Amino acid sequence: MIELWRGLQPRARALIVGFFVLLLAAPLVADRYVLSVLTLILYFAFVGQAWNLMMGYAGQLSLGHALYVGLGAYVAALLWVRFGVGPWLGVFAAIAVAMAFGAVVGWLGFRFGVEGVYFALLTIAAAEFTRIAFDNMSFTGGSGGLFMPYEPGRLGQWWNLRGGQLLFYYVALALAAGGVVLAARLSRSRLGYQWLAVREDETAARSLGIDAFRAKMTAVLVSSGMTAVGGVFYAFYYNNLFPGQVFDIQRSIELILGPIVGGLGTVFGPVVGAFVLTPLGEGLIALTARLGIDAPGAKAVFYGLTLIAIIYLRPNGIWPWLARILGLEERTP
Amino acid sequence: MTWSIYLGVVVQGVLTGLVYGLMALGLSVIFGVVRVVNFAHGEFAVVAMYAAFLLFRSLGLDPLIAFLPIAAAFFVVGFALQATLINAFVGRSEHEQFILLVGVAIVILNGLLMLFGPDAQPANLPYAFDSYAIGPLFIDKVRIYSAVAALAIAAVLFAFFRYTAIGTAIRACADNLTGAAVVGLNVKRLYAVTFGIGLACVGAAGALMVTIADAAPNLGPAYTLLAFIIVIVGGLGSMAGALVGGVLIGVSEALAGFIIQPSMKSMFSFALLIAVLVLRPQGLLGRRA
Repeated sequence: MIELWRGLQPRARALIVGFFVLLLAAPLVADRYVLSVLTLILYFAFVGQAWNLMMGYAGQLSLGHALYVGLGAYVAALLWVRFGVGPWLGVFAAIAVAMAFGAVVGWLGFRFGVEGVYFALLTIAAAEFTRIAFDNMSFTGGSGGLFMPYEPGRLGQWWNLRGGQLLFYYVALALAAGGVVLAARLSRSRLGYQWLAVREDETAARSLGIDAFRAKMTAVLVSSGMTAVGGVFYAFYYNNLFPGQVFDIQRSIELILGPIVGGLGTVFGPVVGAFVLTPLGEGLIALTARLGIDAPGAKAVFYGLTLIAIIYLRPNGIWPWLARILGLEERTP
Repeated sequence: MTWSIYLGVVVQGVLTGLVYGLMALGLSVIFGVVRVVNFAHGEFAVVAMYAAFLLFRSLGLDPLIAFLPIAAAFFVVGFALQATLINAFVGRSEHEQFILLVGVAIVILNGLLMLFGPDAQPANLPYAFDSYAIGPLFIDKVRIYSAVAALAIAAVLFAFFRYTAIGTAIRACADNLTGAAVVGLNVKRLYAVTFGIGLACVGAAGALMVTIADAAPNLGPAYTLLAFIIVIVGGLGSMAGALVGGVLIGVSEALAGFIIQPSMKSMFSFALLIAVLVLRPQGLLGRRA
């Protein structure tokens, strides 16, 4: 860890510390709304980071990450609502369940040589299959949804994630920061280099003695477990869960846009992407409201056009370009 | 007596499946030749549904006739889209193509939402509830008509790829891109024609779909997934495979909706997709690459 830190340029260190302190101090000046947007940004930075580990480093395109968000959310919420088990404990169960599902998807895909677009479809199919299953299970509330009861007496129990906006902001900040540290460590680890080798040329990697199957499986497991933690956050932040919402393919897409726009396979890409896209979306809501346009799709249309423009003009994402401007070339391996 | 009920369900599923198959055929042609994943496929189908719906409401034009001009218009749109936007992405990595077309899909989906609102719009054809009695079976008229139309379009397309010079040239691009370029084929233009044909298929299928289902924006992503399932199950690049896959999915949806629960019908399609991906990744009629 310390070695990693020493490896950074002084300017990069100053920027990271400055940015982090700024975020730590943000609640002093930000109002509730700004804080909620920042929370959303940090949440997307975290889950985007999780997805990026699998796609950006190991090169496995998953379009079904909503599966792991949903599983994490449901497992922790069910443990809390039905059995009174707090999220500090439930998060481990959530990780375990999501990793088990990730293992099944990964095994099916990698064992049977399902690659590229086909693997992506496999992940979509797994997520959609689970969505419909949850829609029809009465134990989880079915399509009617699962609701966390509002218990005023529990407010302030931060270890049970019961609290206000400020609590969730700092939890999201901790998650996002933890995600960055984890990604930075993994990307410089033996496993991280194995992922890169498999991403670039699997045959070559295998001929060097890398167990490609094992490398890809660990990528799925780490990514799914990490995403499930995001799911636990999601459940306790929003207090209601609908299979049609959490498992929806739109959630999967939303989750991966940040890292793609920010820069795949870079540590700061998912963070930058989240900081660009989420305020853009929120700003568009505010703008259309200000202009008095009462069209529910207007914001999303512009959002879609922005995406097309970004992928057309900056296919490698914003971060590598931004890093060059700031003079901090991240060693993109 | 019960067997005839099941048989009726199966026949309805086959007929609906043929229209699904036509939609998937468009995806298969685009993916098989241009090698671009059209993630906006279902959204285009819904645009065609709304076009057919509007033509029927305003001009009284029957969707079974309107599918022709709609398919022609979609060809132009597809040609233009490939020529301007997508050609730049040919050969680029999958996730870049994916995000481009997701952007297109988001724009279409929400454009429809702005124009028509989220509610389903029934076309209310005068003969929507007519049916033919064949022996003990009662088959919806609209399903028979649209299935016949879908088959006819597929036959025309098959003849086009088999017997015309431009169809042969497109197949050459799919088989051996370098070879096609070496012998002087204008690959970019042929790609644009192919994308146009793919969209013409989905345009026609969407117009025919109006006779069976009510147009609603949120059908878009569902149809995109449906088209993908069919193409994978049937076998990528196999035109007959797309139709067979369509029929298979149509029947399995109809039976699952009838026997178990309508809300669970697509679960079986996804299970089938997973099984095919794992056990026979080239699809039922596809050849191993």
